[in-house]
Amino acid sequence: MTKRKMYLKMISSSLLRRRSRMLVALLAIAIGATIMSGMVTIYYDIPRQLGKEFRSYGANFVVLPNGDKKIMEEDLAAVHQSIDQNKLVGLAPYRYETTKINQKPYILAGTIMDEAKKNSPFWYVEGEWADNNDRTEVMIGKEIARTLNLSIGDSFQVDGVKYGHEVVGTKQDDKTEDYLKKSTTDDYYSQKFTVKGIITTGGAEEGFIFLNVSVLNELLEDELRLDGIECSIEGNQAELEQLATKLNAANENLVGRPVKRVTQSQDTVLNKLKALVLLVNLVVLMLTMISVFTTMLAVVAERRKEIGLKKALGAADKEIMKEFFGEGFGLGLLGGALGVVLGFFFAQRVSLSVFGRAIEFSPMIIPLTLIASTIITVVASIWPVRQATKVDPAIVLRGE
Amino acid sequence: MSELKQEQNLKQALATETKAQEASSSDILLELKGVSKIYETVNALQDINLTVRKNEWISVMGSSGSGKTTLMNIVGCMDKPSTGAVLLDGQDITKESQKSLTTIRREKIGLIFQQFHLIQFLTAVENVMVAQYYHSMPDEEEAMAALEKVGLKDRAKHLPSQLSGGEQQRVCIARALINNPELILADEPTGNLDEENEQMVIGILRRLHDEGATIMVVTHDPEVGDEADRKVVLDYGRIKEIVDLKALKQN
Repeated sequence: MTKRKMYLKMISSSLLRRRSRMLVALLAIAIGATIMSGMVTIYYDIPRQLGKEFRSYGANFVVLPNGDKKIMEEDLAAVHQSIDQNKLVGLAPYRYETTKINQKPYILAGTIMDEAKKNSPFWYVEGEWADNNDRTEVMIGKEIARTLNLSIGDSFQVDGVKYGHEVVGTKQDDKTEDYLKKSTTDDYYSQKFTVKGIITTGGAEEGFIFLNVSVLNELLEDELRLDGIECSIEGNQAELEQLATKLNAANENLVGRPVKRVTQSQDTVLNKLKALVLLVNLVVLMLTMISVFTTMLAVVAERRKEIGLKKALGAADKEIMKEFFGEGFGLGLLGGALGVVLGFFFAQRVSLSVFGRAIEFSPMIIPLTLIASTIITVVASIWPVRQATKVDPAIVLRGE
Repeated sequence: MSELKQEQNLKQALATETKAQEASSSDILLELKGVSKIYETVNALQDINLTVRKNEWISVMGSSGSGKTTLMNIVGCMDKPSTGAVLLDGQDITKESQKSLTTIRREKIGLIFQQFHLIQFLTAVENVMVAQYYHSMPDEEEAMAALEKVGLKDRAKHLPSQLSGGEQQRVCIARALINNPELILADEPTGNLDEENEQMVIGILRRLHDEGATIMVVTHDPEVGDEADRKVVLDYGRIKEIVDLKALKQN
């Protein structure tokens, strides 16, 4: 048997055959490592978890046309392409047009209904959400519903001028030819819609009529011509700023920018939460260290006779230290391994109950936890091990 | 024993002592010269002069507090005297550092304890190998041979808790022998044993002595003490008498 084998044998025997004592130490380390690895997992998963959470609070990125121009079909495609599809939650284009109901002006908001729903899950909708297949069914704001006294299932008629057509009032001195030229029904559209849902948001949306932008384009007899695009994208402010820069550089017709109100508060909350988790982790590390320290002190005190014997047999201080550190290292490794497994379940549990979502396991946690728990155990053992080397070998001779 | 007889014995012992000193220095293993040990106000040992030749069996006897343990600590390189010199194999161990005392213990001394002091989580053979481990290189075959010598070959894979007191003491002896020490130092080796096991241990020590080992036994037990070549009786930290048992036996 080599010296190394004997060393490993001594350490493993000490750990395995003194089970009850070592279990206490192992438990302390395993609990510490569990909370640590769980917390670190949560720490790294918070942005992902909360990022999704924050996406329930509306669009965080808008694209507007540059100057007086409008956003055309190819611009929309360009915006679509520049966003990472995995991070894109919703992308709703908007075309706003004025129309008249009973000779009073209202605003038609043409969008893609399904995307609008993804962007704004927080809208309170009475009735149902309109979807992409709806042609004559629309959603109206609460304010319009009140003014026009409309409820779910009611119909109303919108009248307006088609895109690019001019409407001029009849003058007193107009001749018949002039009047005929002006007044053609070709300039006008008229369409009946049914109310599918009534929206309450507490914002400007309550004054709009929402319909699919393709329906609106058909009414206006026009191609796609947008006033803006609202996007909901997973990411922090810096990532969104980056996207804006990229988009603006690639397309001079467009101005993209993060909605600071949303992104900033998201970043603030995230940073505070991360700091909190980090703090908890530090406290846990300290507590683990203290409990390992006291356990090791107790182990050393309990094994004074054994240490004395080894010294009497001629073991150098270095050997004694090597053995205790070896045991500490073994405990740390074992406790760390337990911590990795238990920590994942712990994090999963926390994540499910706090965020309502499963956690993603990152393999980085394995070496991180193992290294951290062994370092903690070994560091916490330094003082107790030094005490061990101070044991007087002569204690084995007194018939104590 | 009458005062006169005691006087005679001491004289005789001192004579042998002088003779021993006269013997060639290569024959001497251990020499204590004017060794005293003072713990604060207590004189644990006072002016001890003693020479142990190679292959000699010395027993140290005396009542509690007579200084036996202190003497044992000093000879076992676990403590240093307050004054005097201790020469082990010609080397004055009082001048050595703690570190080199550890080395001397490892290289030259085999210890047998009253409490056996086996490591509880290691088997008998592993306990013997621990001594090899600190000394040089663990060798299971050699350790098994040592256990065989004390009649424990078939108990080698047992933990100390599975062994009787006598068996544990024999493991302890095997461990003390394994590195072929110059001096075997036994502290009350039969103190915790019954009559049968005591006889067995005495038998083993006798055999070791016959094979050339130098043995120093500290004991209360006159039966064990009388097995030695010479018996040193301590009283209040001084040598009260040295009895040359070998000469007596021969006579």
